[in-house]
Amino acid sequence: MSVEVPFYFAATIAIIASLRVVTGSNAIHALLYLVVSLLAVAVCFYFIGAPFAAGLEVIVYAGAILVLFVFAVMMFDLQGDDEPKHFGREGNSAWFSAWFGPSILALLLLFELVYIIVVSDSKQLYVSNIVEAKQVGILLYGPYLLAVEIASFLLLAGLVAGYHFAKPDAGS
Amino acid sequence: MSQIPLNHVFIFAIILFVIGFIGVIARRNTLFMLMSLEVMLNAVGLAFIGAGSAWVEADGQVMFILILTLAAAEVAVGLALLIRLQQQRQCLDIDALNELRE
Amino acid sequence: MQVLAYLPFYPLLSFLLLIMLSKNLTWLQASIISVSSVGLSALSAGYLIHNFMISADSVVAVHLWQWFKLGDAAVNFALRLDSLSAVMLGVVTGVGFLIHVFAAAYMKGDENFSRFMAYMNLFISAMLLLVLADNLVLLYLGWEGVGLCSFLLIGFWYQEPANAKAAKKAFIVTRVGDTFFAIGLFLLFREVGSLTITDIMTSNELGLLVDNNMAFWICLLFVGGAVGKSAQLPLQTWLPDAMAGPTPVSALIHAATMVTAGVYLIARMNNLFLLTPQVMTIVAIIGALTLLLAGIAALAQSDIKRVLAYSTMSQIGYMMLGLGAGAFSAGVMHLMTHAFFKALLFLTAGAIILALHHQQNMFKMGGLLKKLPVISSLFFIGVAALIALPGTSGFVSKEAIIAELYSSKTAGPWFWWAAIVGALITSVYSFRMVFLTFFGQYRGCAEITKPSHYLLIMPLFLLAVLALAGGLITLDLTALFDVNVIDISTEPSWLHSVAVATPFIGIVIAYLIYFPHAGKTIRESKSKLTLFIQNGLGFNGLYSLLLVKPFLFLSKCNKNDVVELLIKAISWNVVTWHEVLKATQTASLRWYLAMLALGVIILLAVLLGQTSGELA
Repeated sequence: MSVEVPFYFAATIAIIASLRVVTGSNAIHALLYLVVSLLAVAVCFYFIGAPFAAGLEVIVYAGAILVLFVFAVMMFDLQGDDEPKHFGREGNSAWFSAWFGPSILALLLLFELVYIIVVSDSKQLYVSNIVEAKQVGILLYGPYLLAVEIASFLLLAGLVAGYHFAKPDAGS
Repeated sequence: MSQIPLNHVFIFAIILFVIGFIGVIARRNTLFMLMSLEVMLNAVGLAFIGAGSAWVEADGQVMFILILTLAAAEVAVGLALLIRLQQQRQCLDIDALNELRE
Repeated sequence: MQVLAYLPFYPLLSFLLLIMLSKNLTWLQASIISVSSVGLSALSAGYLIHNFMISADSVVAVHLWQWFKLGDAAVNFALRLDSLSAVMLGVVTGVGFLIHVFAAAYMKGDENFSRFMAYMNLFISAMLLLVLADNLVLLYLGWEGVGLCSFLLIGFWYQEPANAKAAKKAFIVTRVGDTFFAIGLFLLFREVGSLTITDIMTSNELGLLVDNNMAFWICLLFVGGAVGKSAQLPLQTWLPDAMAGPTPVSALIHAATMVTAGVYLIARMNNLFLLTPQVMTIVAIIGALTLLLAGIAALAQSDIKRVLAYSTMSQIGYMMLGLGAGAFSAGVMHLMTHAFFKALLFLTAGAIILALHHQQNMFKMGGLLKKLPVISSLFFIGVAALIALPGTSGFVSKEAIIAELYSSKTAGPWFWWAAIVGALITSVYSFRMVFLTFFGQYRGCAEITKPSHYLLIMPLFLLAVLALAGGLITLDLTALFDVNVIDISTEPSWLHSVAVATPFIGIVIAYLIYFPHAGKTIRESKSKLTLFIQNGLGFNGLYSLLLVKPFLFLSKCNKNDVVELLIKAISWNVVTWHEVLKATQTASLRWYLAMLALGVIILLAVLLGQTSGELA
């Protein structure tokens, strides 16, 4: 079976899900769309020859980070305001002005980047090779050892900062 | 084996990136901004992996793992800040946070 | 010679030490450092003067290093000791040491004690440079150094705005004189080509100076400098205000040493002045006017220190009169004895002020003879020397000046009469002060605490001995000054008797007017004439009208000139751009992100434009 069909299918799902993420008004729904988007991207990873990355995407991204999101949102009631006037009667113009500028900017960026890709000489390249986890491991604990250490420090800092900020106020 | 051009992977990544970018600058809810950021990071990871696969190098996946780490740390700090924000102001509107203006 | 080389630097070292350690020193440490450094200088000075007197050399010189070069002429850091500077050296270190001892006790409670002693040390150092300088540039360095110390010490209690104002006034007014002096130095250098004192004394060009009238201008400019430093007419207004400083400062700087620098300068340049009799006469006129006006002003003062300040001006007027008349050695002699008795007067006045808890008004004193007998008798000795009673040091020197006036070529009978009237006024105001302070009933309300510290009393006794017996010191200055041939034979025979009798007449007058008999009420006079005299005969108002107000008016007119506009344009630009940049600080995170994206888009567009241009 050709790999092209599932890849493009998954890509379409990822794009649609991502769109729902940024436009959604319910935080939990948006998170679930984000999970869908991540899983679809994981499928894409698999089909462009990175099964290990696909596994990480599912386990770490969708499985850990997004679950953290869901927990935080549900336990601390992080709904915020749902910007209800976006679809309200007189909210139409507000909605338009809120989304018009960013969309123009984003489209400009999109066109420029796509143009760069199209004119570049990467046309003959095909993502047709599988990169094994073994290679990744060798590289990660060889030349990239320092980066790994720095990443571990970053995680430690994230841990400490998360603990510190989320701690309830001593006074209240 | 597969006949997916690298360009298509890149364009896919760019589309995801731009969608995330729209979310970051258009949404006022900080929680949604954080989620849009995740979309953007994911798009960047996708581009790395596509390039790594095209040149048969593992560096792309190494970068993806580093981005993953970054995303984890960022989410931890970001969510903690959101929780603190919710506790103190009962509001996640980013435009309300302008005390440092003067 | 090592002794001479190190001499001015002991106090300088002590100054650096005190300034650096400042508040970390206890009173004992600070006073030991400062007093012993001056004591060391005084000991070296004594040794040097002793050696100098028994040796045959007329000049002892030591070259330290070359300071800089002016054209071909080198300006050296070199010290020179001759009989004139030996006198000054003795006065500065000897009296300076005694005043330092007194000051250590007087300022004991002050929180900035170290700073005070440091300034005093710096002053002594600068003054030693001034008197020992081998050339006029180094002398000018010392000259400015003492001016700076005077400024610092008058404004020592700078928390009081009046003190800071007095300090500024002293600095600015003396600066006028210093400018004259500096211009004189430039002219002299242009004409003679060297500023070394030996060169100036022996230069062959001096005759030329007289021919092209340059000597006149140079001497006149030097007189300008001397007048500023020595508080003579017309730059005398700063001295009474300078009494705002602590009393030891008034004694050291504004009575004994610094203010006599002008006299020293003229005596030092005597051969130049002898070339220009016109300037000598001008000096004599300035001296005579100052001694009369200052004496009159002293008659109306109520502050004991201001009386002494005007008296200082008047006594320096005597010295100037002596110098102008060509009686250089008498003038220098009077400088020395004046340093003794005026330091004594100031220090005893300081002790009295301390005893009365900083009460300086004589109308709040009275009857102190019974309460403070020791200090009062010491004060009497000082007053006796001031009005030149026979047997005191003041008598010797003042009579020497007066004796030479009558038949001097550059002075004459008029000046003699001025000096006699001045002496009369001197004894009147002195005894007015004595009667108000020591006789009658005590009119103050503050309790009298007897100053008992031995450091406070000991210097007074030593100074009293000097004030009495200082006249016995014979100065042999003939090596420096041409002996004036004054024709005594033409003088009337009564001159001397009149001069001797004058002080006694003054005492009688003062007794008749001011003695506080029982039942007589003592009140401060507030009449317009008294206030006019009290304020220094209107010179302050005159200068304010003639100089200060026009200057302020001009500066006000000049407020919006081109430079000002330029500066305003700068500030306008800064403010405008600040506003523009501030407007970009919207504090909206989404706005920042959008701008970031816009920047990326523009950059990419530029890059793409360039690469596609290259491709095409």
